[in-house]
Formats: sequence, structure tokens, C-alpha cells
Amino acid sequence: MDEYKTLYLSSKDSVAVALSELPAQADVILKADEYELGITILEPIRFGHKFAVKAIRQGDDIIKYGEVIGAAVTDIPAGAHVHVHNLEGKRGRGDKIAK
Amino acid sequence: MQFWGYRRPDGRVGVRNHVLILPTITCATQTAQRVTELVSGTVTFIHQHGCAQVGTDYDQTARTYAGFGMNPNVYGVIVLGLGCETHQAHRIGDEIAKCGKPVETISIQDHGGTLQTIAEVAKIAVRMVQDASMVQRELCDFSELIVGTECGGSDACSGLSANPAVGRTSDMIVEQGGTAILAETTELIGAEHLLAKRAANDQVAKKAYAVIKMMENRSIEMGVDIRTGNPSPGNIEGGLSSLEEKSLGASTKSGTTRLEEVIDYAQQPTKKGLVWMDTPGHDIEQLTGMVAGGAQIVLFTSGRGTPTGSPIAPVIKISTNTPMFDRMNENMDLNAGTIVDGEETVGEVGMRIMDEIKSVSNGKLTKSEILKQHDFGIWRIGPTF
Repeated sequence: MDEYKTLYLSSKDSVAVALSELPAQADVILKADEYELGITILEPIRFGHKFAVKAIRQGDDIIKYGEVIGAAVTDIPAGAHVHVHNLEGKRGRGDKIAK
Repeated sequence: MQFWGYRRPDGRVGVRNHVLILPTITCATQTAQRVTELVSGTVTFIHQHGCAQVGTDYDQTARTYAGFGMNPNVYGVIVLGLGCETHQAHRIGDEIAKCGKPVETISIQDHGGTLQTIAEVAKIAVRMVQDASMVQRELCDFSELIVGTECGGSDACSGLSANPAVGRTSDMIVEQGGTAILAETTELIGAEHLLAKRAANDQVAKKAYAVIKMMENRSIEMGVDIRTGNPSPGNIEGGLSSLEEKSLGASTKSGTTRLEEVIDYAQQPTKKGLVWMDTPGHDIEQLTGMVAGGAQIVLFTSGRGTPTGSPIAPVIKISTNTPMFDRMNENMDLNAGTIVDGEETVGEVGMRIMDEIKSVSNGKLTKSEILKQHDFGIWRIGPTF
């Protein structure tokens, strides 16, 4: 299990970070605050990018560092890449204000 | 802790001893540049500000020029204007002279053009550089240092390695009685509640929320998603997905100490300890603001890599990952990628950064100084007329 480096910062988090290149089907074990879980990666995750550690529903907040980093644009299954295609920021959204 | 610094007439201490040719208007920057080619020991910078500015935008630019000249890393200043601009060179010169250092003011229109002005400024500069060279370093207390912190070209490692390490260093600076500046308000959007909890009092907490609201409202008033500008394409390529995610990583540079005050752009801190300066996330604009506020040294973390430097302040650049540190080694001073590699702890790297601050204070040159990277840019808050 040690062949892939990942970082899971808080057991409240819905995402973790790949610290090595993760291929599809990689099995990773994540640990934070005494809490441990196993995830199968669904698609290649590049160094520094995030993957879901649990199923996230469309519209739900996405949590990293134990804090909100945005909301899910679509349903995201555990093990999927989480990035700008399925996560949107909630702050500084002038585009969402009705004119 | 102590270091060898240059004591200035106003009591502040510099870690460098520059003669600054300060062009108050873009029209004078080329002339200033020519003088620095002729006279060693002088520095200047290219910029596009200083005319047709009004109100708070005028004030902010004037404060930045004056603060830059007053920075204790500068021995003396030759303020160079064109003559007809809104930011009159003599007004900036008078402001700088209040701190007691040598100041001369020259205008191109008064001196009959480019060539005669170059000759006049160069003559003054020769004398000033020689006078500067006779100032001896003396032993100074670490509490006299103001250290700016910033991150630029962030990647997903920024919030895991270099930024938390700078946070540890920030705590050590405060423990030594010094001042650490946290800046880039844009990149604290989404993390302001964590900083407000650490505020010294309610007023400081209120100002923290207020500057965040003003910054966020700018994107809301423009009807745009702030993500189209920040995080940048390079940040996104590196794995950062939203401004909130970037902010939570950026805010770790502040360490764990109490937030003493929130100050305006290019303003001098009135308190020691951790201070938040209201600046945008733009690397050069925030760097310029902190140096104008009196920072003698700046810590700059980067994941993507950057050449950034200041004409008057050493910038210690810290990489968040080892591959970039190797790839852009001529630009980067320290590597915090060892944390991600599992070779060093955040605390160990924080200690290494602290040691580097001491070496650089004593005269060790940073990569950006050696490469003459003299960046300067003012945060403009109004239109040009």
C-alpha cells in the first residue's frame, strides 16, 4: 500500500491529495485523526491533484483542511478526480448575481 | 537573536545600503535607468504610474513612493520627476526627507532634457554612493526586522510544505519581538474566519472581515467569477481548484500567533507581531506594498517557480516541491519540498528559513539580488484620467 503517496488532512475532508502519480484502479489507504479508509482510484490522478474519498452529491460542499473549498457541480463518486470540472468556488462569484 | 544592520537617522535598521533613484512618473524611468548603468551602488525600477491619478488612488501611489524611499534598506534617495506630472517629485522628496536621510530632487524639464539630467543625477549619485559606503554595519536586535511573507505561482504543495514552514518562521519572528506581514487579501477569501478568531480585539476582527468584503465585492460588482483571474491557470494546472482552497493554503503562512492589526496597502505597521496588510494577490503589487510599508526582507514561496525580486529588499524564495527547486535553481533560494518528500518536518524547514533570514540580514545575497530582478508595481485602486 505504500507505493502511492497521498495526503488526507482531516477526517472531515471529502477529498485527499495525490503526492505521487496515481493510476486508475490504484488502491490507496488514507489515514487522518485515527480514522482510516481504503479507496480505489477511478481515473489517473496527477501529483498535487485531488480525489474524492467518499461519494459527494451535486450541490454539496467539498471539504479540505476541514474547511469548505467549494461545491460539487455534479455527483462525484469516491475515487474520482476532483478539480475545476466538477468543483466550483462559492466566493467572489459576481457571475452568479442576477443583473 | 541579533544581526548586523545599518542604523538610519529615524532609528530604523536596514539590511542593505542602496542609493535609490526614485522616478515618480513613468516618463522619468528611462532616465533613471541610464544613471544606474553609469553609477554602481544605485538602483531604480521601471513602472507606469504617477500621472493623471486622483483621490485615494493618488494617495495610495504617493504613499507607496514615499514608503519605498523611506525603507531603511535605502541610504539616500534621488527623486526624479519630469516636472508636469500629478505626483510632483518635490512633494514625494519632502515626505521622504522627514525620516532624516539624504534626499535630492531633480526634474527633467528644469534641467533642459535627458542628457543634462543624466549628468546632474549621476553627479549627485556618485557623491551619495561614496557617503553610503562609509556607513558601518552595527549589531541590531532581531525585533527591528519587519519580514514580509507572500506566495506566488502556488501549487497544491504550497499549503502543505512551504507555506506552513513560513508559518513556523513567522511564529519565530514574532517570538523574537519582530514583525511578520501577512498580505494578499484576495488569497485569504475563504479563510478570513480563521484569522478573525486570532484577532487581538474586535476592531481588528472587524477590519479583517471588511477588507475581505471590499476585495470580494470588486469581483461581484464586475459580474465575474473571481476564478477567471485567481487561482491562475498555473495554479489550476498544479491542482488548485478554487480560490477558497488556495486561500486556506495561503493563510498557513501566518503561523499561529495573535493578529495584531490590519493595515492599509503600503502603510507602516504601528505594532510588532503578526500584521495583515491589505494587498491584492498580484505578486509584484503585494511585494511593493510590503516593502513600502518598511519590510527589510521578504519570504516568497512558490510551487510553479518565479524570478521575482525587489530593487531594495532581498526576497528569499522558497520552493514548495523538489522538482521545481532543481529545475529553476538559479531563481530559488531554499527548498521546502523536503517536507512532501518526507525528509524534513515543517518545523525543521521553518528553522532553516529563520537561519537564512539571519544570513541574508547580515549581507548574504539572494538569487533575485544577484540576477538584478528589480520588480515594482503599485496596486492602483482608481482609473487613470
